[in-house]
Amino acid sequence: MIEFRLPSLGADMDEGTLLEWKVKPGDRVEKGQVIAIVDTAKAAIDVECWQEGTVHRLIAEPGQKMPVGTVMALLLEPGETVPAEAATATPHTGSNESREVSSGSGALREVGAGGTAPPPAPEAGERRRISPAARKRAAELGVAVEKLIGSGPQGAVTLEDVEKAAARPAPAAPPGDRFLAMRQTIAAAMSRSKREIPHYYVSEDIPLARMLAWLQETNAQRPMTERLLPAAVLLKAVARALANYPELNGHYRDGAFQPAQAVHLGVAISLRAGGLIAPAILDAGAKPLTKLMQELADLVRRTRAGSLKSAELSAATITVTNLGDQGSHGVFGVITPPQVALVGFGRIAERPWAENGGLKALPVVTASLSADHRVSDGHRGALFLRELSDLLQQPEELAR
Amino acid sequence: MNPSELRQRVITTLQGIAPEVDAARLRDDLPLRRQVDLDSMDWLNFLLGLNKALGIEIPEKDYARLTTLSALLDYLQHKLTERSAS
Repeated sequence: MIEFRLPSLGADMDEGTLLEWKVKPGDRVEKGQVIAIVDTAKAAIDVECWQEGTVHRLIAEPGQKMPVGTVMALLLEPGETVPAEAATATPHTGSNESREVSSGSGALREVGAGGTAPPPAPEAGERRRISPAARKRAAELGVAVEKLIGSGPQGAVTLEDVEKAAARPAPAAPPGDRFLAMRQTIAAAMSRSKREIPHYYVSEDIPLARMLAWLQETNAQRPMTERLLPAAVLLKAVARALANYPELNGHYRDGAFQPAQAVHLGVAISLRAGGLIAPAILDAGAKPLTKLMQELADLVRRTRAGSLKSAELSAATITVTNLGDQGSHGVFGVITPPQVALVGFGRIAERPWAENGGLKALPVVTASLSADHRVSDGHRGALFLRELSDLLQQPEELAR
Repeated sequence: MNPSELRQRVITTLQGIAPEVDAARLRDDLPLRRQVDLDSMDWLNFLLGLNKALGIEIPEKDYARLTTLSALLDYLQHKLTERSAS
């Protein structure tokens, strides 16, 4: 029997409200299939299942609000038949052999939990799995560990779970006040970032004359529907440059840095009503520029229309914030935990540029890097920005 | 297409990208993108929407002069007239 639990869709999610089931008992589900729509403080999300099976029972009801980690449904594994007792068993105390299905990649286990619901409550008399540091911190903060859902191995409560539970705003936002709820979730994640991550910042002005000339020429030969934006080229350059700087791409969890194998580029997208969401373009470095542009356009459209998938929200290994051509000169962002770096781009604008003793006017962008000092330092960060600058001088190379 | 029909089409297309836009409060003579807060992706989508609604191709080199709503309307009107004349 597979327990399908409400996944955490990012560091700033504690709970969600089931809006709709997309499956019913008896339905077969494939890996990656969207099986439910869940509303979070930020957006309605299509939640995918990452195991195949057959829906046995839907436990959560539409309209029900639940903490991350709550068992929402029971699925039969392929070949499994309905166990007699399963129909009557309490969902929350599923057998110990039950496999936990976290939606999204395995990578999102860490971001999680910290809910206060019953789900994996320990058997009576069983000692709660909790790290000593987490137990100490829980005592300091007055957090009741027995009520927490652990996001660590075998449901162990981590330091992160404890701090998250402590940081959670006590009174929930008034129903309907989405704006306030979003500001609170952003505030909680960013407060945690500023509290836990020793940020350092470096910046570099990058001349873009070559890149923009190339883009103009390329776009003039393309139909409107296939036109490229400078943002797509910048994203591609970031993904490429990261190949030589693995210490900027990954997650810091349980006291250690875990580099990621691929670059899943989180892109901060502002919502028209205020607030922002940073879903990821998966494996951005491996995608040709045209494809990256299509995915970026699709991601912006779906973010604003409220139809993101859970994998897109939990996968990011680094985030890029691009103020765009209506923005300011430069931006120094706050890292999204548990990521370890954030790249910022200001407005591309014509500026005075000194070269070989002469002065000329060139389009320039200020690129910045905010990174985690526990993992890297300013020297490497600066080298990364220089490489980014070099790559942007060879736009033909980035097109591939 | 007469000017008021064109204006209506353009505003409907704009509202497809930015649903909060109040047509009555939109100023024809101020920079459109700043009034409506259109980023480069919104702008591209807006022009793609116009391309679909009116069948007009808008080359990137023309973007620079499409700053205000009235400049955009003049430009589109001109393109439509050009097309019906050919």
